[in-house]
Amino acid sequence: MNTATATLFGQRQRKALFDPVIDTNPIAVQVLGICSALAVTTALDKALVMSLAVVVVAGLASLAVSLLRHHIPGSIRIIVQLTIIASLVIVVDQLLKAFFYELSLELSVFVGLIITNCLVMGRAEGYAMQNPPWLSFLDGIGNGLGYGAVLMAVGFVRELTGAGTLFGRVILPLTKDGGWYEPNGLMLLAPSSLFLIGLLIWGLRSWKPELVEKD
Amino acid sequence: MPRLDSTRYTVLFAVAVSALCALLVSATAVGLRDRQQANALLYQQKNVLLAAGLAEAGAELSRAEVLAIFERRIQVRGVDLQSGALLAENRFDAKAYDQRRARNDPAMSRAAPPNDAQLARLPKLATVYVVKGADGHPEQFVLPIEGLGMWGTMYGFLAIARDGNTVRGLTFYEQKETPGLGGEIANPKWQALWVGRKAFDANWQPQLSVIKGQAGPPAQDPHRVDGLSGATITSVGVSRVVRFWLGDDGFGPTLKNLRQGAAS
Repeated sequence: MNTATATLFGQRQRKALFDPVIDTNPIAVQVLGICSALAVTTALDKALVMSLAVVVVAGLASLAVSLLRHHIPGSIRIIVQLTIIASLVIVVDQLLKAFFYELSLELSVFVGLIITNCLVMGRAEGYAMQNPPWLSFLDGIGNGLGYGAVLMAVGFVRELTGAGTLFGRVILPLTKDGGWYEPNGLMLLAPSSLFLIGLLIWGLRSWKPELVEKD
Repeated sequence: MPRLDSTRYTVLFAVAVSALCALLVSATAVGLRDRQQANALLYQQKNVLLAAGLAEAGAELSRAEVLAIFERRIQVRGVDLQSGALLAENRFDAKAYDQRRARNDPAMSRAAPPNDAQLARLPKLATVYVVKGADGHPEQFVLPIEGLGMWGTMYGFLAIARDGNTVRGLTFYEQKETPGLGGEIANPKWQALWVGRKAFDANWQPQLSVIKGQAGPPAQDPHRVDGLSGATITSVGVSRVVRFWLGDDGFGPTLKNLRQGAAS
């Protein structure tokens, strides 16, 4: 225990931070947080802000829950976690309104939904309740990053094939604007992200067969 | 150390956590309020420019740029909604006037007659943004509009040219419609479809409507605009709101005055 707390960034910490990005990716491996991944991946800028918001909320929520973990009564632990997460989400939403107003108008519905994002609560209940604060914080950040990585990948494909743009910049000129690319409207609808995430999960498990559950 | 599962401890813990979280949330909300309000006001002003075609959709305008265009091209005037008379500039403090607050203040508003836009009260005075042309004369008028969509009140601006009839632009700057469906009323591409349509028919009856399917170009199909697929209720709401504000209880009398003023 002493060695673990003495090293600020030892092997355990690196594992807590980087494992969720690929090996235990919340979306692709744990299949958590799918609902918001459908909604905010039509454009990269939305996906990026949503990812950052989840990184911040997941990190701070895990930190707070971990700090309180020896004091939270077992009978109300879930609702305590939710209260903490909800408060953090409101703070993030307020910050967006103060500093990224126009983006917040598009995102505010989804930012509110971070409260119900299974990922954040899953990490609070499944990890932060058993682990010390610093590790929990890194685990939250790591899971946020893993979530963000998938969001960005899906958003990249959806925006490029659905609208011919990346971050709003024209990459593939559309036929209706005199270019050559006929956009795939399906890519802008929610089901396309299910297909993409499905393909991603398949790809990841073919690359790393050890991720496949034994049945 | 108290027992973690005792009722007393559980209740105390719950109260303490709630109080702390409430403190955090309210401190943030209060601390950032000024900034947020300034953002909201700036966004509203930017939308006036967008409706008037003085700023391009998607253009990144700084606060200073918005204010500069506003200063140079726009005169904010008050108008008496029922008579349609423009108020003298010294009788109307445009900066201090908050139309939404006035609408809820019994002394500054009246009960709205039954209407399609689902408005319960109407302010007695309304703000009108007079856009000056290069020659300094009024070129178009940007009118604030509001009314019920599917999920809540939609707030926007409708710009009408000096003839009191031709639509120069429409924006919605605050709305709660379904993102991706009704929320497309905030999409500049859809808003651009309004430009050049005619607000009234030959008898000066408000005629604009959002139809199901596609409308023709403004020259052939002057009163209709493409509907939003998957958003029938929002589309109907927009039609009703626009027609209400062009009508006798909205800016109808004002536009009539402005038309006559522009003609003489």
